Amino acid sequence: MVSKENIIAWLEEVCDPEIPVLSLKDLGVLRQVDQINGQWIITITPTYSGCPAMKTMEVDIIKKLHEYGIENARVEHVLSPAWTTDWLSDSGRSKLREFGIAPPEDEVDKSVLFADPTIVPCPKCGSRETKMVSQFGSTACKAHYQCLSCQEPYDYFKCLK
Amino acid sequence: MKIDALYNYVLRMGDDSLILGQRLGEWCGHGPILEEDIAVTNISLDLIGQAMSLLDYAGELEGTGKDHDALAFLRFEHEYRNALLLEQPNGDFADTMVRQFLFDAFRKPLYEKLIGSSDAQLSAIAEKSLKETRYHLKHSSEWVIRLGDGTEESHERAQKALDNLWRYTDELFSETQEDESLVLAGIAPSMKEVKAIWLETIKTVFSEATLQIPTNNLKFEGGRKGVHSEHLGYLLADLQYMQRAYPNMKW
Repeated sequence: MVSKENIIAWLEEVCDPEIPVLSLKDLGVLRQVDQINGQWIITITPTYSGCPAMKTMEVDIIKKLHEYGIENARVEHVLSPAWTTDWLSDSGRSKLREFGIAPPEDEVDKSVLFADPTIVPCPKCGSRETKMVSQFGSTACKAHYQCLSCQEPYDYFKCLK
Repeated sequence: MKIDALYNYVLRMGDDSLILGQRLGEWCGHGPILEEDIAVTNISLDLIGQAMSLLDYAGELEGTGKDHDALAFLRFEHEYRNALLLEQPNGDFADTMVRQFLFDAFRKPLYEKLIGSSDAQLSAIAEKSLKETRYHLKHSSEWVIRLGDGTEESHERAQKALDNLWRYTDELFSETQEDESLVLAGIAPSMKEVKAIWLETIKTVFSEATLQIPTNNLKFEGGRKGVHSEHLGYLLADLQYMQRAYPNMKW
């Protein structure tokens, strides 16, 4: 007899295709697991509306459950409550840093038009002397930064609230 | 009746996002610098993602089983309801950034107000999209200031872009008679309120950018009724080519 806990534990093995050190649970994308009329329904929420990784995650979830012998599963999407970087787990944050991506910092309210860019410490050397190169980076969820101490260019997983 | 009104409302928003998203995608590989190539296509991706949510919902309201793909790829020009502003050609980088800023400054307060909508799905889409739109507005307003208050050449081009695009802005706030039923039902905000916030934002940014808001009263509209400029047909030819040439293809 497969329990909901089994399913959740198996899904911990499914990772973000673009940030392979993060599981969907670390990322906060996995919202709910239910069983209705014998069918498992896995509910996920997108990080960004147009995130192309969502489709891959969906396929990966179904594939992973197949490996454990679950044939009858379906993935559903939910928009509300909207995903925020606060849902990134603490272990997710340290995994990001080890991977070379700076985890989200608490930022000032984005409704302020002329706010200075946030100080994001370098994930390599820890220096706070860094600069934002661009608010938009290699994926929808990241900005592009550079360390002025060790010169390392790096991705910053930007704060979304 | 209210379902029809809501369908049209959501379709208009979805088309605004889709058409501008497609326009921005044209910059892919042509950005003035690598970072902007990436930024503009990121924003395009967010807009197309928002269009997917909005068009899926429009399809659901219409009730004939159309999903976002059917609505994006299989309609004719006169069936699109985007405002004329969004189909205008990219022009130079100033044209693109001024167009983007005029739209972002409109979308942000619209989403803020739609979060309070009595329609749960519209509220959910707004809650999700607002977070992305804040980044878009910050990006476009910074560029408008940099270009306007930059060199003589960039100032001139940004002012020219504003002079050219200004005539299309009024249409963003146009309301139909059936929209009034949505406002009364607490589903949609009054566009007058949205416009007041928009005006405040653009005055602040254009003043910082040393750009003059045009004083002429020339107004162009038609997109909301399906009467488009000649530019939309070419855009759709590009957007729809694969589905038209190979119906129902998937990849």
